[in-house]
Amino acid sequence: MERREEEVIRIGVFVCHCGINISGVVNVPEVVKYAMTLPNVAYAEEILYACSSDGLNKIKEAMKKYNLNRVVVASCTPRTHEPLFRATCEEAGLNKYVFEMANIREHCSWVHSREPERATEKAKDLVRMAVAKARLLKSQEEPEIEVTPSALIIGGGISGMTAALCLANRGFKVHLVEKEPELGGMLRHLHKLYPTMVDASEKLKETIEAVKSNRNIETWMLTVVKQVRGFIGNFDVSVQRGGRETANFRVGTIIVATGADVFEPVGMYGYGKYDNVITQLKLERLLKEGKLEKLERVIMIQCVGAREEKGRTYCSRICCMTSLKNALLIKGLYPETDIYILFRDLQTYGKEYEEWYRMARDMGINFVKYTLEKPPEVIAEHNGKLTVSVYDILLGEEIKVESDLVILSTPLIQREDAKELSQMLKVPLGSDAFFLEAHAKLRPIDFATDGIYVCGTAHGPKDVGESVSQALGAASRAAIPMAIKRLRTEAITATVNEELCKGCSRCEEVCEYGAIRVEEVRPFVKVPTLVAKVIEAQCKGCGTCAVACPIGAITMRHFADEQISAMIMAAIRGD
Amino acid sequence: MSEKHSVLVIGGGIAGIQASLDLSNQGFLVYLVERSPSIGGRMAQLDKTFPTMDCSICILAPKMIECFRHPNIKLLTYSEVKEVKGSVGNFRVKILKKPRFVDENRCTGCGICSDKCPIEVPNEFDMNLGMRKAIYVPFPQAVPRVVTIDRDNCLFFTKGVCKICQRFCQAGAVDFDQEPREAILSASAIIVAIGSKLFDVRKRSEYGYGRYKNVLLSLEFERLLSASGPTGGRLARLSNGRIPKRIAFIQCVGSRSSKDVPFCSSACCMYATKEAMLIKEHEPECEVYVFYNDLKVFGKGFQDFIARARDYWGVKYVGALPGKVVEDPETRDLIIWYEDVRENAMKRTKVDMVVLCPALVPREDNKEIAGILGLELDEYGFFKSKDLLFAPVDTNVPGIFICGCCQGPKDISESVAQASAAAARAAEVIALLA
Repeated sequence: MERREEEVIRIGVFVCHCGINISGVVNVPEVVKYAMTLPNVAYAEEILYACSSDGLNKIKEAMKKYNLNRVVVASCTPRTHEPLFRATCEEAGLNKYVFEMANIREHCSWVHSREPERATEKAKDLVRMAVAKARLLKSQEEPEIEVTPSALIIGGGISGMTAALCLANRGFKVHLVEKEPELGGMLRHLHKLYPTMVDASEKLKETIEAVKSNRNIETWMLTVVKQVRGFIGNFDVSVQRGGRETANFRVGTIIVATGADVFEPVGMYGYGKYDNVITQLKLERLLKEGKLEKLERVIMIQCVGAREEKGRTYCSRICCMTSLKNALLIKGLYPETDIYILFRDLQTYGKEYEEWYRMARDMGINFVKYTLEKPPEVIAEHNGKLTVSVYDILLGEEIKVESDLVILSTPLIQREDAKELSQMLKVPLGSDAFFLEAHAKLRPIDFATDGIYVCGTAHGPKDVGESVSQALGAASRAAIPMAIKRLRTEAITATVNEELCKGCSRCEEVCEYGAIRVEEVRPFVKVPTLVAKVIEAQCKGCGTCAVACPIGAITMRHFADEQISAMIMAAIRGD
Repeated sequence: MSEKHSVLVIGGGIAGIQASLDLSNQGFLVYLVERSPSIGGRMAQLDKTFPTMDCSICILAPKMIECFRHPNIKLLTYSEVKEVKGSVGNFRVKILKKPRFVDENRCTGCGICSDKCPIEVPNEFDMNLGMRKAIYVPFPQAVPRVVTIDRDNCLFFTKGVCKICQRFCQAGAVDFDQEPREAILSASAIIVAIGSKLFDVRKRSEYGYGRYKNVLLSLEFERLLSASGPTGGRLARLSNGRIPKRIAFIQCVGSRSSKDVPFCSSACCMYATKEAMLIKEHEPECEVYVFYNDLKVFGKGFQDFIARARDYWGVKYVGALPGKVVEDPETRDLIIWYEDVRENAMKRTKVDMVVLCPALVPREDNKEIAGILGLELDEYGFFKSKDLLFAPVDTNVPGIFICGCCQGPKDISESVAQASAAAARAAEVIALLA
């Protein structure tokens, strides 16, 4: 992979004017003249705009004419322009990693615009450093891997099924794994869904039929994922069905759609002690089964076990709307029933939900705002009637209400087995215990590990529409590697010097991508020898492992110690 | 199979960008049409993003550049969709490319022309708080990084003289004779991602926006905080340039009101909290108040974010929506009147600066674009989902999908997730055509 033969290093240096962005401050001809004096520099030239097609052609011509095998462009930021110059090197027949960039705009002319002479000296320093590194640059290969065009979807709720259908309709094979005996997840327990008031069961039936009749979807019921090995494109999955039968298959991508549980508020507000203190989920079931009797008064308490000072600090997003919806349903059944909703901040966000709040108030539902400091209390029970006291902050006084039924809105919480799955897939859980995406803003569906995605309530509380959106999004993200079939992986990866490695596993502990693992080698020796192995397809080249290695056994390709040292020495010694 | 199909994406904000990247990375050809000179949308104007406090343009710019460089994306900026015919699998789209009076292929974005241009006008990107020239790049990270001549202000177009930009352009890119051009494209599917706009806070005259210099819109305040903004990130009162010592945010300006906009805009509680923290980072001594009705903390990490603002930074949350803001004509300070419900008393407090968080409302051209595409709008004027629960990005027209704030107010994460969803559905319907 690395070239071993001795070659004469011939570096070309191209110094960009960037209009006047650089040359207005830095004396470009002087930098070019200086570059010519540096060891191994075979050619140097100034260019008005290195990035213009004209400028790129000039670089290519010079590469051929002067037989250059390393290229330095001194211009702007590699963040935006490195890919362009690398591509130019490739077009001229060189490996793209023999290119190095010196940023004499953002790091020099722009920030030292009032000191042209010193800026020129700094530009020379930056060019000298880049040349020092260029001298040691090596060709790098981007390994290509084939992608198995099939996906594993863990969880057969509405999110998992939505993602499965979308991918299956694209022609990808889908393994849909559900640990329960039937598909449907949380929706099986729900009655009507806000804001369209459709029957959950009706829509669920349709979706399950579509999943079952889709020949690209293989459903695995009563099945759990036991082991996942490999990386994007080729994950080897072992599942266990019915606690006995084991099966193995290979997939290119994985979607986590394991859903969430509902918090059981044992010991709170008399839950578990009084039969008429129930959860919102229980109310759904009563409404669904038509078993809710006519009651004189009902009290709903929001944020039970949610938005706490410590512990479950998060808001569960869906409870306010669920309460509003169920309150309206009760009013529809029994208009005389008096309903109180005790809340902290009503989460009627988005374009639809505020209207519901207005509707509920118009129908005479009572809203009482309380604070975390003075939460409501169930203070007494007499002949099946519960007395709830609450400090109404809008009235500025404590009120006591007697009720036939107290309904507790409790948050969605992560499932118990999520931790195991998180370890198996090497994907993280956040401080709220839900699966943690790669980036809160721009990668809300991806995990940091390539090829694994998350959707639905496994990622955090969400309503059905939001879960469906995210599930479709996960299908899109997973389709990317599967549609292009072949992947080029990162060339800048870690390499381990196995002679030096002691197998201490610190690299394994710090790697966020699960890309380096300590493995046993020479198993015939009585004392097992452990050595770190890099899974190149998974490595992002971040360098964390190289830093963590106490004996310097890990080197980063393209950012090797000797290359960095050469730059530092060039900077401080001035040669 | 998929290589032959193309998708038209209308709108180059973060939603349009994400949908374009997802599709192009799956091998589809994407036409990304943006009406303004650069892609980037609202997110490009933001200083930081909640709750991670990333520099907004720094995380957006690489995606913008990826769109520019992607072999499967044809970027059509400064362009508008004028006509759409046909149906799923075979839409024929007429695009109007407005004249920049600059050859995009020649312009290198060096900016010499802007330096030489004698005309200065308020910069829309900086919410008119800063200035730009009549030939300009809207912001440093603009994509494509080429200049545009603002015909309404250019001396040559208004007075028939000047052309100084053309004289100084070494690339020979300035072309005063450029004409509007029409192009006909074909697309198998269409994604609409044209975003939303801000409620006109002048309608809530009790807060004095437009009359009082130190009453700002939250988006204006974002530009004021931004290191690349008109003050270089220096926090200053508009009346006298002094650093404010007390700043108040007012939430729900126009929102959640039966009189103006009935719905909640979803993002304001959090971005106000973010801006409040940024004030504290800039000026730790500054006192910050957030006047709110219900704190919307429904998203991931939101409650912890508010707790950090309150407990660590000392941002004060006041559970009341002010009745009015009155300016002291001498000092230009602002007196906020509000009802303290907990003490059941009318109160007032004096601050140096007021930031209004307006509702996100449908764009005024939604009707026009809906008309061109045959789409239905909902009762508020946003693009209507076929089914809010089970087909949130589908519309009444097969093959046309919606995502981001044109469907309803939402934050960046939700827009990105929905954009991927729209891309998924576009790819799915194309696959099902076969």
